[in-house]
Amino acid sequence: MIMTFAAFLGSLELGMIYAVLALGVFLSFRTLNMPDLTVDGSIVTGMAISAVICSGGGNPFLALLGAALGGAAAGLVTGLLHTKLKIQAILAGILVMLAAYSVNLRIMGKTPNIPLTKSQTVYKIADEILPPKYAGIVLGVIILAVIIALLYMFLETRLGFVFRATGDNEDMVKACGVSCDNMKLLGLALSNGLVGLAGGMLAQNQAFADINSGTGMMVIGLASVILGEVIFGTKTLLRRLVAASLGAVLYRILLAQALYVGMESTDMKLVSAIIVVIALTLGLLGEKSSKLTKFSAKFLKGRVQK
Amino acid sequence: MKEQLQERKELLQIREVTKIFGGGTVNEKTALNSVNLTLQEGDFVTVIGNNGAGKSTLLNCIAGVYGIDKGSIILDGKDITKLPEHKRAHWMGRVFQDPLKGTAFDMTIEENLAIAFYKNKSRGLSPGITPKDRALFREKLSLLGMGLEDKMTQKVKLLSGGQRQALTLFMAAITEPRLLLLDEHTAALDPAAASKVLELTDRFAENPRLCTLMITHNMKDALKHGSRTILMKDGQIVMDISGQEREQMTVEKLIEKFSIDNDRMLL
Repeated sequence: MIMTFAAFLGSLELGMIYAVLALGVFLSFRTLNMPDLTVDGSIVTGMAISAVICSGGGNPFLALLGAALGGAAAGLVTGLLHTKLKIQAILAGILVMLAAYSVNLRIMGKTPNIPLTKSQTVYKIADEILPPKYAGIVLGVIILAVIIALLYMFLETRLGFVFRATGDNEDMVKACGVSCDNMKLLGLALSNGLVGLAGGMLAQNQAFADINSGTGMMVIGLASVILGEVIFGTKTLLRRLVAASLGAVLYRILLAQALYVGMESTDMKLVSAIIVVIALTLGLLGEKSSKLTKFSAKFLKGRVQK
Repeated sequence: MKEQLQERKELLQIREVTKIFGGGTVNEKTALNSVNLTLQEGDFVTVIGNNGAGKSTLLNCIAGVYGIDKGSIILDGKDITKLPEHKRAHWMGRVFQDPLKGTAFDMTIEENLAIAFYKNKSRGLSPGITPKDRALFREKLSLLGMGLEDKMTQKVKLLSGGQRQALTLFMAAITEPRLLLLDEHTAALDPAAASKVLELTDRFAENPRLCTLMITHNMKDALKHGSRTILMKDGQIVMDISGQEREQMTVEKLIEKFSIDNDRMLL
């Protein structure tokens, strides 16, 4: 049983949005080597800002910019808590995630849900220009391609080099005359900026924003990044960026397929968590199995003495 | 010879530096106790002493990893006592004991070199590495004689410990720092790699504007390399030899000095 073509196109369209989220998570989790839970809050901040601007009759593209800035602000707060107040990275993220719930509600004017069915969105604009069936995908691909290109160019600059080294080796970065704190602030702002943008796109795509839709987004981003790495490889920097994005698309397709064969939509978060656990342990299993084969090879040769 | 030594400029002054760990707790430990040390340009000082004598603490205090409790550190006439680690790094190159600590393992050799190379330049949005940089790195790396120039696009995690330390040393020296701080940088290497890295150390330390501080547990190396040797014990410098006195010093005499100190500790 394979899902319909329309459902496939739908998950591609969503996949492009989640790819932006995955790139954000890639920046914090892989490049900075920091599990950042701000994501669950900053994505809703993006949704909220995007929905408020669109429903107020504002330019939906400006709404996306606002969403990105809002996400970046949340990331910056996490960064400041971590670097200046020396709160553990993971706890700083959790605190901001919690605080963001209240802030997001305020942004949304204290309503938990903003519908955008009657408002202009970037997806509706795209539908007018392109064949509606593919318009959302094309728009997603364009936005994603621009982001990957910009991100790649940034990571290949002098600043980008030290930024990448920060997650690898803080001592080395300091020894090279750069403040790790500044790199972390920059990274968390950038990462959550992308997450906020993804939230903004998501709200306009679904034509609503919901205060509770942030739960588990960090895990979904992580699942996408890891899935991408396992399947598409990590050989070069560009490949890693593309792999994270494709991982997100693949993840949406897998979920859609799972729903199609009869999985309850309420179980999706459980499946997300299980996918992350499996993907994270794949590397470990590989190590163990190679040790096992080495051991058995020795054993067969009679070299193991006991 | 001696007159020449006195003419050289003083580069680093460590005045009455005290560092206490866990101050105010039962675990309080005075790691450095009013240490005074003056280094001239061109000095190559080897530092020896038991574990816990304060050697690494001294280096870390100079580098700014730890703030100090008392005293001051003057580099080239400038008081750097309060400067954070990354700002002091502009004048210092460092190599750590752990070969993993000096490089970004998931980046290529040339990317690591570029990060070190632009230490004293702005870190803007210009390209991280240019073809011109590559040519320069290749040329300079070939002087190391380790074949690293043919592996420039390889990730550092694929290198051996010796290759990594050579690379870290090269990165530390590439920007011509005033101070080179080496914290047992050959301790984790096999003998062949260690002697290769020491040979490179000697070569870099020849720079007359540079001052090198090298911690080692190998007393033969401590006397063979450099121009001055200091012995640390319980957070103080208890021996400081150079010139003729140092030339006449042997490993046996040094060990004797160590053991006498240890016997005193027993009594």
